[in-house]
Amino acid sequence: MAKLTLPCDEATIRKLKVGDFLELSGRVITGRDSAHHWLIHDFRKEVAPFLKDSVIYHVGPVVKKHEDGHYTFVAAGPTTSAREEPYQADVIGKYGLRGVIGKGGMGTKTLEGLEKYGAVYLHAVGGTAQVLAEAIKEVQQVFQLAEFGVPEALWVIRVENFPVVVTMDSHGNSLHAEVEKSSKAKLEQLLGLTS
Amino acid sequence: MLTREQWTEKFVEVIAHASSQLPPDVLEALKRGRDAEEPGSLAAKALDSILTNVEMAKGNWQPICQDTGTPLVWIHHPVGMSTRMLTAAFEEAVRQATAKQLLRPNAVDTLTDKNTGHGQGPGIPTVHCEEWDSPDAEVRVILKGGGCENCGAQYSLPNAKLKADRNLDGVRRCILDAIAQAQGKGCAPGIIGACFGGDRGSGFVESKRQLLRRLDDHNPVPELDTMERDVLDQGNQLGIGPMGFGGKTTVLGVKVGNLARLPASYFVSVSYMCWANRRAGARITPKGEVQWLN
Repeated sequence: MAKLTLPCDEATIRKLKVGDFLELSGRVITGRDSAHHWLIHDFRKEVAPFLKDSVIYHVGPVVKKHEDGHYTFVAAGPTTSAREEPYQADVIGKYGLRGVIGKGGMGTKTLEGLEKYGAVYLHAVGGTAQVLAEAIKEVQQVFQLAEFGVPEALWVIRVENFPVVVTMDSHGNSLHAEVEKSSKAKLEQLLGLTS
Repeated sequence: MLTREQWTEKFVEVIAHASSQLPPDVLEALKRGRDAEEPGSLAAKALDSILTNVEMAKGNWQPICQDTGTPLVWIHHPVGMSTRMLTAAFEEAVRQATAKQLLRPNAVDTLTDKNTGHGQGPGIPTVHCEEWDSPDAEVRVILKGGGCENCGAQYSLPNAKLKADRNLDGVRRCILDAIAQAQGKGCAPGIIGACFGGDRGSGFVESKRQLLRRLDDHNPVPELDTMERDVLDQGNQLGIGPMGFGGKTTVLGVKVGNLARLPASYFVSVSYMCWANRRAGARITPKGEVQWLN
């Protein structure tokens, strides 16, 4: 399995294609619904350096706070990315993200954004919260915890050999679009809807 | 007779089971799916990862999935027991399980948009109480995550687009459409709970109650048993596959119930449950002895 160290440059991302398995190591930031809304409605300079050339992970973790005040992720699989479709491409462009980790794939606006800015969609296996939490070695910092709560805060984490597969690349290809097209054609056939 | 505090203790145990121990029939269905996929394919790798995760969660008594969902609760209780007490005891159990990281703080106040922090709020958990003749109580819980809940769908028949009339074939068409619309977004391979009839509210509740059934059971109504098998087979022909990566394993089970309807209405309510069908049940005697149910 190929390794990818984060942060990374655009040339590295442009080489990736749909179907590639990757193990990610390095710094990642989490963010989901509230975070995307917040990131888009102003330029958040305090978190911008953590987004630049790295990836944002769509996740709402279960987090344990230890007695000395440090945090660890107890369970941390991806959440459905489709909800960020209205914002994702703009967040990628505005902050210089190189990719997104999530599940379920995203739509055409994001796919166009990936091509324009040089970024990829990385699919983690939904529901594998223990496998993925084990690859999250450290929680380094957290933003907007009081405002958004544990699942929606922006957590800066360090991952090691975090397993993902590229399902949308920076050349206009999407596994999700392919599967949707073929499965809906099959549905029409099964229901006798084809004219 | 148990005190309210003792009921809370029992309910925390049931939540711990649901959150971390995947039922054996679901595990078997996932293994069969993995064996059916092409070795080395994205689908097979996704199912391998899922199976590893199930074992890790089980061994460590940790949440299978970080989205510990809405706790959906059905309690059968002896004659004369206070349903208000049982509901309050379960709500307290959710708060305690959240403090122990068995559940994620998963309730957001919809006016202030603030997370309540303790996992509980109006409508979370949903507790359905029903009296029965046994001196024992029985509690059954499903933890249903938001990703799959968002994939639920409700149809009002007839539906011209799907050529769905007000009959069993129309119901089948709606369920298949819901599976296709969900793609991989509800964490396929999913389990379908469906109900035809009822009103818009009762139909969805019954569709969720169907998810309490074991995957390997048989619907006692022959027509519905046939429909369940047909939709399972046809759903898997869609080729959506685990996580929507493409593959043979799109649905693990289809469970269909029905309610009476008004002459004017014919609803088909479909609830999509992710592969992590976190279902747990316990029978509890008046002395507090617990028998685990599958």
